[in-house]
Amino acid sequence: MADADMDPTPETPLTTPLDALHRALGARMVPFAGYAMPVQYPAGVLAEHTHTRARASLFDVSHMGQVRLSGSDPAGALERLVCGAMVGLNPGRQRYTLLTNDDGGILDDLMVANTGDGLFLVVNAARKAADIAHLRAGLPDVAITVLEDRALLALQGPAAAAALARGAPAVSAMRFMDARAVSLLDIPCFVTRSGYTGEDGFEISVPAAEAERLARWLLDQPEVAPAGLGARDSLRLEAGLCLYGSDINTTTTPVEADLAWTIGKARREGGGFPGAEVILAQLRDGASRRRVGLRPEGRAPARAHTEIRDAGGAVVGEVTSGGFGPTVGGPVAMGYVPTALAAPDTPLTLTVRGKALPARVAALPFTPPRQHRG
Amino acid sequence: MTTLYFTEDHEWIAVDGDVGTVGITDHAQAQLGDVVFVEVPEAGRDLNRGDEAAVVESVKAASEVYAPVSGTVTEGNAALAETPAMVNTDPLGEGWFFRLTLADPSELDGLMDQAAYDAHVAGLD
Repeated sequence: MADADMDPTPETPLTTPLDALHRALGARMVPFAGYAMPVQYPAGVLAEHTHTRARASLFDVSHMGQVRLSGSDPAGALERLVCGAMVGLNPGRQRYTLLTNDDGGILDDLMVANTGDGLFLVVNAARKAADIAHLRAGLPDVAITVLEDRALLALQGPAAAAALARGAPAVSAMRFMDARAVSLLDIPCFVTRSGYTGEDGFEISVPAAEAERLARWLLDQPEVAPAGLGARDSLRLEAGLCLYGSDINTTTTPVEADLAWTIGKARREGGGFPGAEVILAQLRDGASRRRVGLRPEGRAPARAHTEIRDAGGAVVGEVTSGGFGPTVGGPVAMGYVPTALAAPDTPLTLTVRGKALPARVAALPFTPPRQHRG
Repeated sequence: MTTLYFTEDHEWIAVDGDVGTVGITDHAQAQLGDVVFVEVPEAGRDLNRGDEAAVVESVKAASEVYAPVSGTVTEGNAALAETPAMVNTDPLGEGWFFRLTLADPSELDGLMDQAAYDAHVAGLD
């Protein structure tokens, strides 16, 4: 027996402020984006996934980059690098957007919150260094502070609000994508009502020195159990959310990735972001391919890089994320197909271990979105 | 009388005469985590020692199961198609993968017994 997709072992992995807690909880630690991260706890990926959808789970996402932008007009400046509308983002609100390159490719996907006195960004761990260099080069008029001394916790699931409100009643009034400073256990935190599981939930930026105390308090709440990167991946896949480096990268545009909804009206009309020429042309004329959901028939999962073939047997694309969806109860995947084959229910085949596995294009998300839209 | 042998890759084979039953060890299932899909070989397939004989997938990853010895498959465990989690709950029992007729029983000499395998696993930690 041999593992097909083990990560190569890096030199010395970085650790998050919750490293000791993960080990005390019996987590299996794996290298991920240069960090030692919990892939699962003793309950296992399936139980952690199911618990998140039924109750609430605590994820350590401290490996992600937290960056503060300030100055006279950080939102106006950031619009030079992202395709989303930042100028219209009100204080106390957060938005999902994309850093693009001159070819219209995606450099990273990120969250941007307006803190009233600036912007608070959360970027992917694997892209952190590149993003910060890109921001510094492209925004000389903005003060850029990397918040190295903060952890990031994600509390996700239908019971997340009830659990968190015991420590901070104010969070009950927050809607999806609200962002505000909140005191939790007398710890100054910055909380957004967001996440990457398709469930209601919160992301909590907390000073590193207080992260374990807060995490332990959250885990003491009866609804809450720890969950690792394994469940985070199956949850976001079922929710139809992109993993940078797999589903989106510098060769995929926001339109191809079915993320054109992140481009606000003003940006569609005004452009002024890297790759706008390519992206706006695709918005107008359509792109040649699109990211879609895929439901393989039967039980065999189709993993990333599986070939997608049309009914005639020609290779038309590739799976970018795929696996078993515990809530769906079967295999689920995402990948790129020609736009002509992107309609739901289009029959395709996936080449798994040399065999043609029948599959159909499926609407995303695979599971109903349950964010708290208020 | 059944004798249990193990490979370094965490397969077990229970041999009775020239019939072997193959599965993966408790250590292997624990490492894999929740098994969600198993593909077993069909009866009649000839396997050489070390061939990829079966596939086991957890939520996170796909892994190959290799033939511990050469032989001809007589039966795959059809129950695993419906209940792959048996690999987790009973890896050395109901979670077996396939049976084969051994082509060359002397190949068993290259495998480990329980004590040697336990030491092998202990050395991995």
